[in-house]
Amino acid sequence: MVAPALAMVLALFVYPLGMSLVSAFTAKDGAPSLDNFAKAFELYGNDMVFTLVIVTVSTALIGVLAAVIGGYLVLGAHPAAVSILKGLYRWPLFIPFIVAAQCMRTFLAKNGLMNNTLATLRLVDVGSLSGLLDWRGIIVTFVWKETPFVALLVSGAMASLDRATIEAAANLGAGGLRILVGIILPQVAGVMLVGLTLAFVTMLSVLSVPIMISGGSPTMITVDMAFRVNSYGDYGVANALAFVSYAMAGLAAWIYLQRNAATGIGL
Amino acid sequence: MRAALGWILRGGLLGSLAFAIFGPLANLILWAVAIQWYFPHKLPLTWGFKYWGEVFKPTSDTVAALGTSVLIASITVVVCLLLAVPAGYALGRAQVPGRRLILLLLLPQAFPNLAVYFNVARLFYTVGVNGTIAGVVLVHAAHGLVIAVWIAAAAFAAIDPELELAARNIGASAPRTALTVTLPLAMPGVTASAIFVFLESLDEFTGTYFVGVPDVTTLPLVMFTASLAGNYQIAAITALVLLVPSVGFMLLIERFLKADMLARIG
Repeated sequence: MVAPALAMVLALFVYPLGMSLVSAFTAKDGAPSLDNFAKAFELYGNDMVFTLVIVTVSTALIGVLAAVIGGYLVLGAHPAAVSILKGLYRWPLFIPFIVAAQCMRTFLAKNGLMNNTLATLRLVDVGSLSGLLDWRGIIVTFVWKETPFVALLVSGAMASLDRATIEAAANLGAGGLRILVGIILPQVAGVMLVGLTLAFVTMLSVLSVPIMISGGSPTMITVDMAFRVNSYGDYGVANALAFVSYAMAGLAAWIYLQRNAATGIGL
Repeated sequence: MRAALGWILRGGLLGSLAFAIFGPLANLILWAVAIQWYFPHKLPLTWGFKYWGEVFKPTSDTVAALGTSVLIASITVVVCLLLAVPAGYALGRAQVPGRRLILLLLLPQAFPNLAVYFNVARLFYTVGVNGTIAGVVLVHAAHGLVIAVWIAAAAFAAIDPELELAARNIGASAPRTALTVTLPLAMPGVTASAIFVFLESLDEFTGTYFVGVPDVTTLPLVMFTASLAGNYQIAAITALVLLVPSVGFMLLIERFLKADMLARIG
């Protein structure tokens, strides 16, 4: 009963992936070579670093925010504040990246709602304002979009923890932050890692956000891949770039599996 | 005094979070009802629904794209469920040899899929399905299938096997038990995966960008083109159309997905 579903995944996922690998290591004349990689690193080396930095920073921020949100939902002493937070944080959960990008494209612009509101509240000086439509905007959009997903997973795991140890620590005088870092986070680390790995890999393959938030150079390698394919029909270099993104995803998966093997939590 | 300070702090933090979450959405809504808005004005100069008329007139690109999007999403749901329900049943209930390997194969969500999309487009080009509805449906279904199988497997795994045994004991055949006991019990999970697949297909951009263009235009592509051309009103209105079902599903999700089911997905 699994066969039809597997066949679909093999035909539309595994086979194209194989094509991608073969094409990355094949020169135009059909001989095996590393030419595509040489060209990819020469033209897009900066973008590879840029991509890795953006996705890593975003993942770290998402992790911190998800931990704080989840922690407050479990430990928060004020029911009203907890339920407000619960109703708030999830809004971007299913909003597509492309809509998030369009929102941020206007919100983070020099004359966008963010700067205008801050200026109206006299929190910033109008003259010194600039937009955030560059690498910072990409990170803001990624964090805005992906935090709810990780926070949902993490807070679910936190809610099903045994309350006894938490209350014991609280009775002994441990503060909220200490309970979160010392007792809760180690127990939900497996789920957190699943969420962060999925977020990392998802962000690695988003095309619309870098195009719409920051058009210029440097940009993310997804944009470069699309450019090689659409403008030059150059699948070789595009697939070499793709290989680099597999390597980055592989790194994330490796960290996840290391942790998984150590604790036996997860899949 | 301390309590008051605490509430000011909490209010400040929650207020900032609310601004961070709703600010971008508010800016989108402002653009959707703006007629004229340019630097350095903080708010639109003229307001109204002039652009809504343009976007929703029967001959517009957006209306055509909406039809295409809904058609593609509906076919995708049917294809996905036909494949995912049996697979989810087998993975969730029966002993399947190589279950772990299969689950691992069904994990393309954890993979950078952009490269897969343009290689699929290249493949489709050689067999002539590039730029067709069928091609886009296949790409969306392959993507949605994975999530659908996972949700369905979790839903089937959560069913108490004793209920099925009871049905078999009083004489129901295996297919009858599956159809009248197991499937209805798994229905909330199956419904959730259907809605999820529908939304994913409706919102999908990257795959359609490579496989559909230029002949199949869906809503996200209309929005993308309008945005890059600087038609922010049209982009905003189209984005709102995509936003409504997404936010609706977010508000409803707890009815379909129980927390313990989410835990199983991890």
